[in-house]
Amino acid sequence: MTKEEIFERLNNVFRDVFDDEEITVDENTTSDDIEDWDSLEHINLIVAVESEFGMKFNMNEVTTMKNVGDMAKIISERASK
Amino acid sequence: MKELEYPFDVDYLIKNKKKIKKKLLENANLLEKKIAILGGSTTSEIKNMLELFLLNYGIKPIFYESEYNKFWEDAMFGNEELDNFNPDIIYIHTTNRNIINYPTMYDDEKTVNDLLEQEYSKFEKMWDKLFEKFNATIIQNNFEYPYYRLLGNKDASDVHGKINFITRLNQKFYDYANNSKSFFINDINYVSACYGLDKWANQFYWHMYKYAMEVPAIPYLSFNLANIIKSIYGKNKKAFVLDLDNTLWGGIVGDDGVENLAIGPEVPQGQVFYEFQDYLKQHKSLGIILNVNSKNEYENAIAGLEHPAGCLKPDDFIIIKANWNPKNMNIKDIAEELNLGADSFVFVDDNPAERAIVQNYVEGIATPEIDVPENYIKIIDRNGYFEVTNFSSEDLKKSELYKDNAKRSQMMATFDNYEDYLLSLKMKAEITDFKAIYLERISQLSNKSNQFNLTTKRYSLSDIEEVNKSKDYIKIYGKLEDIFGDNGVISVVIGNIKNKDELHIDLWIMSCRVLKRNMEYAMMDKLVEKAKKKKIKVIYGYYYPTLKNKMVKEFYDSLGFEEISCDDEGNKVYRLDITNYENKNNVIEVYE
Repeated sequence: MTKEEIFERLNNVFRDVFDDEEITVDENTTSDDIEDWDSLEHINLIVAVESEFGMKFNMNEVTTMKNVGDMAKIISERASK
Repeated sequence: MKELEYPFDVDYLIKNKKKIKKKLLENANLLEKKIAILGGSTTSEIKNMLELFLLNYGIKPIFYESEYNKFWEDAMFGNEELDNFNPDIIYIHTTNRNIINYPTMYDDEKTVNDLLEQEYSKFEKMWDKLFEKFNATIIQNNFEYPYYRLLGNKDASDVHGKINFITRLNQKFYDYANNSKSFFINDINYVSACYGLDKWANQFYWHMYKYAMEVPAIPYLSFNLANIIKSIYGKNKKAFVLDLDNTLWGGIVGDDGVENLAIGPEVPQGQVFYEFQDYLKQHKSLGIILNVNSKNEYENAIAGLEHPAGCLKPDDFIIIKANWNPKNMNIKDIAEELNLGADSFVFVDDNPAERAIVQNYVEGIATPEIDVPENYIKIIDRNGYFEVTNFSSEDLKKSELYKDNAKRSQMMATFDNYEDYLLSLKMKAEITDFKAIYLERISQLSNKSNQFNLTTKRYSLSDIEEVNKSKDYIKIYGKLEDIFGDNGVISVVIGNIKNKDELHIDLWIMSCRVLKRNMEYAMMDKLVEKAKKKKIKVIYGYYYPTLKNKMVKEFYDSLGFEEISCDDEGNKVYRLDITNYENKNNVIEVYE
């Protein structure tokens, strides 16, 4: 899967979860950039991303992820769909 | 909304909850209820999912959510926000993470018993305190099993085992539930077992976010909870409408012949269908009535139901429609004949096309997405259509009551004059002040009656108890029996005494089972009699239109009331001076 494909699919997940069609994420996007992205929504986002790509993040990954780029990197290594 | 019925797509729900919520809020006809969530762990997503499921049931929740793990403090010491919120429902979301002292191997049996009592009494005190403070219903989680067993299998049987401890604690919760009418257990022990305990207890979610179960499990928890709440507010389904071929038995009776149907112990398929029939039949004891809606020749349908190896017999059904009419038409007829709303039906048909048509044409009906016969029971059961919250002895005989009604219709056909028919029923009614033994039934009736219901005011059991205690009300119930049987408590009127000589009717309901029997006249006569004893001079009646109560739009007119106001929405106020009231009932013998 190319990086572009991953980001395109991530965009869709973000748009659904935050119910905002305007969202476009890139490698440097963080929770500061999206208004509704608080710690409670973060968990829903993680669950939605996991289901989209058919993979699981472990605790260490979730706690050290700094931006969407980090997330995409793990996805590119492990995605099953 | 199909997305919110079992089996649901959890990923879809989590991803699209905001869109789904917007769509559900378009429904203008929502019942608002205040729900306080007192949590022992994170509850945010539990609340969000609960909201979706409740909206789908026509209930609009307004939430109070305790601070993280502040359930105990909120309940015991109160806080202004919660006090002002004055909840209708208090949901206590605790899990085994909230058990503070487990036994250890060093403890002797007495110490373990003391620990158990200590853990339990903390909860009991909290419930008592909440009941004392609020006129609310409490829903309390039981405890799920822990995800590891220090003693292995012995954890279940040994008093030192966590599993043993939790089992005993749960039992004490159930004892409390059995002694309270406004206290219900949200059985997360069962829900977590169905979901799979290993997945449920995914520790990632606890350590990361302090969720006591994994987030994808939450819709199952919230759905289970929503089912209790919708049942409390009278939104349970009431009847099954069942297809026959490949639904109640394997094969097509018209083509294959009765002798070739798969039903009964000989073949695996037959066993599956037998169990399904047995599952359906057990619902009769809950007051759920069974009906048939099948594309078949009538004779073939009956022949299939008389199969000697079948569990259900023709006599188990109230209405059997076996013809070639569109199924949605049959459903409308069944609804009319039973005097029930078609939205209280569960239509079970193996054919997805039939289900789609019925879903499309009959608003609010449930059409469970059954797939293969071995899954029928699971899919229907998990949907919680008939969740039992208040069970009255009336329910046991519900099917008989409907049967009696069918006999009455036959008898009616033999009379030319309707009054002669009514007299021939030799009706007797007990109409008198509320009695303790009927309070549960009265509350149930107030929540279930939609058609003959002037104000559609709902009363929980605790509301009814309040009314019963107060001197400011005239409150009567009516029980009706006749030569065919006893209908039980079927009508309730609650009038609020104001300004000394005025009576305002807050509630007037009657079960549709006894329509057109002049029972409403008998109730009115008794109401006036009681009112006069209290020196009442004028009675005020109120009619608030809903989608379902058109039947009683002109009810007060028919009793001789005068309409004194009507607003844009059709809400009407009526007035009747009872000084010269003349009794209206002359077909029912009334006693107190």
